Amino acid sequence: MSDNAHTSPAVATHPALQHHFDDMEQQREASSLGMWVFLMTEVMFFGGLFLGYLVYRTSYPGAFAAGSMTLNVTLGAINTAVLIGSSFTMAMAVWSAQMGKRGLLMMFLVLTMVLGTAFLGIKAVEYHEKWETHHVPGKYFQFHEKVPGTDVPADPRNAQIFFFLYFGMTGMHALHMIIGMGIMTYLLITAYQGKYGPDYHTPVENGGLYWHFVDIVWIFLFPLLYLIAHRGGH
Amino acid sequence: MLQSIPFLPPEASTHATQVDLLFLFISSVVVFFSSLIAILVIVFAIRYRRSTHRKATQIEGSLALEIGWTVIPLGITMIIFVWGTVLFFGLNRPPAQSMEIYGVGKQWMWKFEHMDGQREINELHVPVGRDVKIILASQDVIHSFFVPAFRVKSDVIPGRYTYAWFRATKTGRYHLFCSQYCGTMHSGMVGEVIVMEPADYEQWLAGGPTEGSLAQNGEKLFQQLACNTCHRSDAAARGPNLAAVFGSTVTLNDGRKVTADENYIRESILNPQAKVVQGFQPIMPTFQGQVSEEGLLQLVEYVKSLKSQQAMPNDNRNPATVSPSEATTPKAKVPSK
Amino acid sequence: MTERHEHVNYLNANYGIRSWLLTTDHKRIAILYLVSITLFFFIGGAMAVLFRLELLTPQSDLVTLDTYNKLFTMHGIMMVFFFLIPSIPAVLGNFLVPMMIGAKDLAFPKINLLSWYIFIAGGALTLYAVIAGGVDTGWTFYTPLSTGFLNTHVITAAVGIFISGFSSILTGLNFIVTIHRMRAPGLTWFRMPLFVWAHYATSIIQILGTPVIAITLLLVGAERLFHVGVFDPNLGGDPVLFQHMFWFYSHPAVYIMILPGMGVISEIVPCFSRKRIFGYSFIAFSSIAIAVFGFLVWGHHMFTAGMSVYAAMVFSILSFLVAIPSAVKVFNWTATMYKGSISYRTPMLYAFGFIGLFTIGGLTGLFLASLGVDVHVHDTYFIIAHFHYIMVGGMVMAYLGGIHFWWPKITGRMYPEGWAKLSALIIFVGFNLTFFPQFILGYMGMPRRYGAYAPEFQVLNVMSTAGASILGIGYLLPMIYLTWSMRYGQRAGDNPFGATGLEWQTASPPPTHNFEHPPIVHSEAYDYEHVEEMPVVG
Repeated sequence: MSDNAHTSPAVATHPALQHHFDDMEQQREASSLGMWVFLMTEVMFFGGLFLGYLVYRTSYPGAFAAGSMTLNVTLGAINTAVLIGSSFTMAMAVWSAQMGKRGLLMMFLVLTMVLGTAFLGIKAVEYHEKWETHHVPGKYFQFHEKVPGTDVPADPRNAQIFFFLYFGMTGMHALHMIIGMGIMTYLLITAYQGKYGPDYHTPVENGGLYWHFVDIVWIFLFPLLYLIAHRGGH
Repeated sequence: MLQSIPFLPPEASTHATQVDLLFLFISSVVVFFSSLIAILVIVFAIRYRRSTHRKATQIEGSLALEIGWTVIPLGITMIIFVWGTVLFFGLNRPPAQSMEIYGVGKQWMWKFEHMDGQREINELHVPVGRDVKIILASQDVIHSFFVPAFRVKSDVIPGRYTYAWFRATKTGRYHLFCSQYCGTMHSGMVGEVIVMEPADYEQWLAGGPTEGSLAQNGEKLFQQLACNTCHRSDAAARGPNLAAVFGSTVTLNDGRKVTADENYIRESILNPQAKVVQGFQPIMPTFQGQVSEEGLLQLVEYVKSLKSQQAMPNDNRNPATVSPSEATTPKAKVPSK
Repeated sequence: MTERHEHVNYLNANYGIRSWLLTTDHKRIAILYLVSITLFFFIGGAMAVLFRLELLTPQSDLVTLDTYNKLFTMHGIMMVFFFLIPSIPAVLGNFLVPMMIGAKDLAFPKINLLSWYIFIAGGALTLYAVIAGGVDTGWTFYTPLSTGFLNTHVITAAVGIFISGFSSILTGLNFIVTIHRMRAPGLTWFRMPLFVWAHYATSIIQILGTPVIAITLLLVGAERLFHVGVFDPNLGGDPVLFQHMFWFYSHPAVYIMILPGMGVISEIVPCFSRKRIFGYSFIAFSSIAIAVFGFLVWGHHMFTAGMSVYAAMVFSILSFLVAIPSAVKVFNWTATMYKGSISYRTPMLYAFGFIGLFTIGGLTGLFLASLGVDVHVHDTYFIIAHFHYIMVGGMVMAYLGGIHFWWPKITGRMYPEGWAKLSALIIFVGFNLTFFPQFILGYMGMPRRYGAYAPEFQVLNVMSTAGASILGIGYLLPMIYLTWSMRYGQRAGDNPFGATGLEWQTASPPPTHNFEHPPIVHSEAYDYEHVEEMPVVG
């Protein structure tokens, strides 16, 4: 005599409704809140790296500026545009899901993934260049640049800290991008299977939230890593 | 007075007595409140036990009580806070004329160097009744200089100098413990502080082998490393004149003003680009890896010893007189006192 | 009322190892956690036995100093990360939070299971580090010792802890969403049991603090691997930066440990006083206050590390402020007993113990918040005594009290009351004998983490070890009789203690979906005025 379904008999349960939720609205709100809470933990996680950056840049401004000068601003700027573009396509994907347009949804998901891949590709090019110039921290690290605006060689130890933070922060970011690509793949497959419509598209929304968050992290990383030395040597 | 309480460590410094007083005050607060709660719990548990008190009286709360037992503890804690802070300020402000001794912590021993060159390992002789300031450096990991009898403790951190000061009030031998876990023989990194009458202390100082005072050794090292090539008193010097620098306020090339203390001297040797004096180029190379912690202490002591001089001694270019342009040329900035 | 044959419940609904290892039922996951953390508790405890034996004599004669250093390190790591932090939330919280709010499960049951697997993975890796030779950094991993001067399995242990941190984060995330979104109709925030409030506050700390220790441990690993100079001063790094980052999490972590315990006490005291709790909203808000203020006081672990006096002042005053909400709770629990109808059943005995010992432990925090005294007792046995009074005298007693209180609900059986009372008493005596002498040792100046010590410290050390052996017996007894009771204990009814709370309105053990009919809440929490009499004590 025990039963789980206490929706009124006239309304059929949505196939995506999980057994422990009362109704779709509760499920949607719970999923959404869950994603927001998770993103808060990500803020704290990246926050630790930003704290390290703050401390060491204050201590070694010259070495950080010198390190930053060796980064490719053009590529970084392109990547920024690429990511912002991908957030736009992602937002369009969410809209498409809300409108019930399966074809458009899939197209925008694919576009988002294409842009994400472009981002990762450009990052790979940059990392390769850094490897070639011996700027990867570790045994083979060498640094012979001067502090911008002066004639003084930058202290390689402090520059190594800059590059450690560069690889650490962009690497952590790239890892999150790759996970994001995995999420996109999942969304693409389930979209193809017709799982989303105006009444249920929470995974797409939550995937969008995650993607936008990763985008925002980059918005902070780009100026802090690439732009600190390109304006009058300050 | 407090010595009669068993299990207290000896009170052998001016600070120790003060700490014990505060400790006693906090102890009485702790005893009072824990007894109060314990007694109330026991009394209620017995008085209102189920077998004799079958019906409970439902009470939702009492704003008056809540305010009371928030505000009163708040008040008491604020008293403790102020008292403790005053003590802490005292602990962190060594008196101006303190006698200085350098201490180096390394895995797993303590090395002390008195100003005149007298060295000790795991023992620290000090005179009673004098303000003593220990300048602490680490050669490897974080240690901590802890003398329970003085109620004094200061972490010893690699990469910088830290300080501990005390004025011993009783002669005797007292434990010195390393109290920051530092590896295998952490429990073996112990020693003794030996407090002596001033006369005995002088005798002890004079009796030991002297390999030159710290400042003398520092001067030798200064010349050995060719610091005097740039750090001279003349106008053409490429580095700042180090005479009368120690303790003064230095203006840096970005406008910041810093005090030239031990940490400043040490940093300038190891990481010269960090603070460049105004009017000079950032051309000084780093000596990281070329000077040991002891060498650094000697160099710092040497620079300190120049405090009262106008020119650097043994100037290769000029005799030990100040050139007329010294006072006005921006390059050789003579710091104001 | 009790039937001869068992009704269908979450324990017997499915059989087989797969049904347990692939369960998404929060109650089964709670049992999985119960078994795992008990294992880690005894491993950590075994290490304590070994080093307390070593400390019987001033010399390092039972084990080498290297081994001693490994023992206290692993004891700390096991106890902090693999016992205390998960304990109440992962066991009692997992089991009870959905039931207390009238839900069928947590918001994300599969993530709940994932959380347990992550915990096991982290624990296994850390255990591997133990077996492969151990770690000797101290559970605090201070740099540059841990990054450049030790060649033990530092990275393995750090990664193990890193992994288990995600378990903590996911549990917290689950609780927050569940409490926000899945309360039964009529269950407003201020009708929730205080156990739920406590877990909500704990979860906030878990999600905000744990990521910071995660990144800190990653940096330690990176420094060991790549010799970069994040914390190593020879390479331009700052060793004290590590301490700031480490304690930014590890101080709030102690509130992760104690808040759930306070939640348990808030449930036990009203039930065994037959009274509504005194000052409900004050206790609820104090939990949130502790969570918030707890993030602001980390510097009090670093007063001797050379920070500016002004920074020290700020941390000191905040540390005093964070003590006030805890004091408020203690007063409210005590006031709840006033004019109550007090029963001496085992959960209440543990509550008495908690109130007394937590009060002492918390009050000794006043010594530590006070700058002048802290300098003397920092890194001595005084600190060890302080935190063990709170963690063991407080937290573990609350945990045991909660286990006993909800044992009938979880297993459908009663624990044997006589043995349980005896164990509680043994634990109380053993605990005090173990740790009170350590306050004295600390003020006398015995530093912590010393395998060999000055001879004048021996008498108190012997007392402490004697107490530890009694404490050990006290902990073993419940292991035995609780296990025994699962088969031979008296069968329990729905509500053997006559407690309020939705979890008691369903069968013992509950059905898989918790409630036959979803509850609707009409009354305040702790509405003992309208609850029928508790069955007469046996």
